[in-house]
This record gives sequence, structure tokens and C-alpha cells, in this order.
Amino acid sequence: MFRNVAELVELAVSQNKKISDIMIEQEMKVKSKTKEEIMSFMERNLEVMEQAVERGIQGVKSHSGLTGGDAVLLQAYIEKGNFLSGKTILDAVSKAVATNEVNAAMGTICATPTAGSAGVVPGTLFAVRDKLNPTREEMVHFLFAAGAFGFVVANNASISGAAGGCQAEVGSAAGMAAAAIVEMAGGTPAQSAEAMAITLKNMLGLVCDPVAGLVEVPCVKRNAMGAANAMVAADMALAGVTSRIPCDEVIDAMFKIGQSMPTALKETAQGGLAATPTGRELEAKIFGIPLNKRG
Amino acid sequence: MKYKSVFDIIGPVMIGPSSSHTAGAARIGLVARSLFGREPKWADISLYGSFAKTYKGHGTDVALIGGLLNFDTYDERIIQAKEIAKEKNMKVKFIEEDALSDHPNTARLRIGDENGEMELVGISIGGGKIEITELNGFQLKLSGHNPAILVVHDDRFGAIASVSNVLAKYEINIGQMDVSRKEKGKMALMTIELDQMVEDEVLNELRALPNITQVTRIVD
Repeated sequence: MFRNVAELVELAVSQNKKISDIMIEQEMKVKSKTKEEIMSFMERNLEVMEQAVERGIQGVKSHSGLTGGDAVLLQAYIEKGNFLSGKTILDAVSKAVATNEVNAAMGTICATPTAGSAGVVPGTLFAVRDKLNPTREEMVHFLFAAGAFGFVVANNASISGAAGGCQAEVGSAAGMAAAAIVEMAGGTPAQSAEAMAITLKNMLGLVCDPVAGLVEVPCVKRNAMGAANAMVAADMALAGVTSRIPCDEVIDAMFKIGQSMPTALKETAQGGLAATPTGRELEAKIFGIPLNKRG
Repeated sequence: MKYKSVFDIIGPVMIGPSSSHTAGAARIGLVARSLFGREPKWADISLYGSFAKTYKGHGTDVALIGGLLNFDTYDERIIQAKEIAKEKNMKVKFIEEDALSDHPNTARLRIGDENGEMELVGISIGGGKIEITELNGFQLKLSGHNPAILVVHDDRFGAIASVSNVLAKYEINIGQMDVSRKEKGKMALMTIELDQMVEDEVLNELRALPNITQVTRIVD
């Protein structure tokens, strides 16, 4: 069982395999199941992700009314063709937003690694699909590659906003996505690790400050930026750019930052955007309670 | 290592909006129900830390009730769990606790009916994964992901060996096992995580052993 990114990359390189293959083999051992069983279980997750993206792009609204409809706006904007940043990035962003809008509306999603950060991995995957034309099996491999990196973060740092802030959720998701994009685009396992490191470095310190305690504001837009961050970091790694700080040390830094972050900034809705005047106003409007009742 | 499966990272498939506050909460409710062995008539649920601060917006309350109603994390009926519980005459009360807990997402469930009561503490550690840390005052560790059995027994010489012998006879492998007791020689509890589900005949054989008072299966 690999314990960190260095071991994961070493396993892949020494056996001349992809990161996703290492993850699949480990899962077969842990669960005592065949490759077919493991693959079909992941295929089910892929289907749920695909349906959530489709549903979000059609347009959803959350019960609170705080989120919904932005994926539709983005898709319409892409259609017009006058965008600045690039089609694949914007498509990834819109599909990440779509997934999280469905999540906010209590729709069915696949936590990746959590529900609040469920948009980044599918958002980038379904955008990159149009560029790289992967087979269905390769798309399943994408999820295993992402999962391998998430596995390391979960065991060495955290994937919980309450424990480590949003860096542990959207940050982890973005790093996982970047690493998986690199593999799907034909990069090396080491380049996947670089992409993960570059992404996560740019998500360090990200606080978890959901307005009214809901997984909506700013979560949906953070998934958008997580997706964009993952795309750019993947391109950087594929270009040969490396991180001066090794991936495992970045993950360790994230863990320590999370530990020293005040509770008010870890999913308690007591600080950050949740504690702004408008944040408090929205909270009072949604729950019908006085502003000073909470926080 | 806390996480052993890639599906703890890519998964679970669930109803939004929060894996730790919604899916994890549903799983805590689900484990409580399966330990209780039937649908409770009432539940007093104390919420701590982040659970206490944000449970309404995250649907933690409906998810916990959904779990008690035997709904899995992806069951869309979770959204209507409050109404369904009301129809079934299940009385649920939520208490926002100020006390500090070891983990930011902690819930203490006291559930019961006319035939008995049970108290359980569960924590949601992220990504929908949970641990059960306390049952009826006993400290214990349960991942909630592997099939597991709980054996209440008298703290006597050979009780543990007799249980593991029966499991060995049926070729059931023990993944993890905890033994706890409140006092020497009195009531004790074995928490055993297994690699596979156990059939009724195994449970019945365990129940028939000397010094064993109760054997409960946790549904996988």
C-alpha cells in the first residue's frame, strides 16, 4: 500500500504502469475483488457524475435560492464564442459549477472527494473529454488516477472542510483533477505529481466559510476556480514545469496549515464570508432567525 | 491509515449537499438503527461542533432521520425524511450542544421504543466516512464500512477465544477487534470487524456460547 506520492510515483515508474493501474491493483487487494468488479463500481460513479453535469447544465435552483443557473449562463457564454480564457477551461468551469449546483439543490452526486468539492474532478474530466476523445475505460481510469492522489491527501492531511478548511476539499479535488488530467493527456506519473503539487500550492490556506452554513456560497464558485486551477497546473506540468517543493511536502504543509487555522474558518459559518454583513443577512433571511443568534 | 479504499475518495454516491454533514450523518443514523435492530419510536439527537452550527443548511437533521428510517446515502427519500418520520409517528428532537468534542462533526444519538433504549456517538471524519466511538457508554471503534458484529459478554476467561473459534470454524476472517469493559469481571463488549457478512447460523452459534449475552450484526 503506497503511503505518499513519492511511493505512488515510484511504484508506477518501477512497474512501468500508470498511476491509475497502481490504484486499481491496490483496490483489488484491499477489497479482494476482481478488476472487473472494481472497474464497474467506478463506472457507476462516472455515470452519476455525468448525469449531475447534464442536469446542472440544464439549470437547477437550490432550496435557499442562493445558487443555481450559473452553469447555464456559462454554457451560453461559451456558445457565443467571445470568451477570453479558452474553451476547454471554461467548459471545465461550467461543468464543475453544474455539478455543485446540483449538489446544493440536494440532487444526486458522487462525492469527489467530498460533496462540497464534487464539481472539480467531473468538471475537468467532461471538458477534457472533448479535447482528448478518451474511451469510457480511459475515463474510468481518470477517476482512479484522481483517487490515488486523493487517497494520499486523505491519509496524510485531510479532505474535510471542518478539519482542514476548504484547501482540504476544493484544494484536494483540484490537485487530484490536475494529476488525472496529466495522466489522460499522456504525461508521466512524475508529471502528475508535479501538477498536484502546483495546484495544491495555490490552494493552501483556503478557508471554509460557507454563508449560512450552506454548501453554496462560496463553494460553487470555488469549484469553478478549482477546475480552472487544475487545468492550468496540468498544462504547466505537461510543459515540463516542476514544483520546487515536493508534492508530499506540500501536502504536509496543507495539513499543518489546516491544524493552525481557527475554528471560525473551518465550516462553522462563524468567520470569513459567512460573517460579512451580507452573509449574516442572507443567513437570517434563509433561516428566519435574528442575526446575533448564530456566530 | 484512516482511508483504505479509493471509493472513500471517489464516492459515495449521495444526496447533496455535504458528504460529512449529509452522507456521513445518514450513515451514523443507519448504523444506529441497525444496532438497535428495529425502527426507533423516538430519538434525541445532540449535535456538537460544526454539526451543531450548520446542521440545518446541510440537511444533517434530515440525513440522520433518514438513516434511522433505514435510507442509504443515495436514497432520495432523505429529502422528505422529516415528513416520513412524522407519518410514522417517530418523535425526533435535536439539541445543539456547546460542549467541545474530540472531532468537529460529532453526533450523540439516544434512541428507543417501549422495549428498550440505546445511546451511540458517531463522528463524520470527511468524505462520507464515519466512525462510531461510543455505544451505551462503551468506547469503541467501528469504521461503518466493513461487516461487523458486536458481542456483549460477561468478562470471563475464555469468552473471547470461544467467539473467535466459532468464526474460525466458519472461515470468517477478523479484520479488526476491540474489547472493552467498564469494570473487571462485569459486562464487556467485543467489536469485531469482519471481511465478509455472517449468516444467521453463525450468530446463533455465537449466542449459544457460555458468557455471551447479546450478538448483533451490523448490516454492510
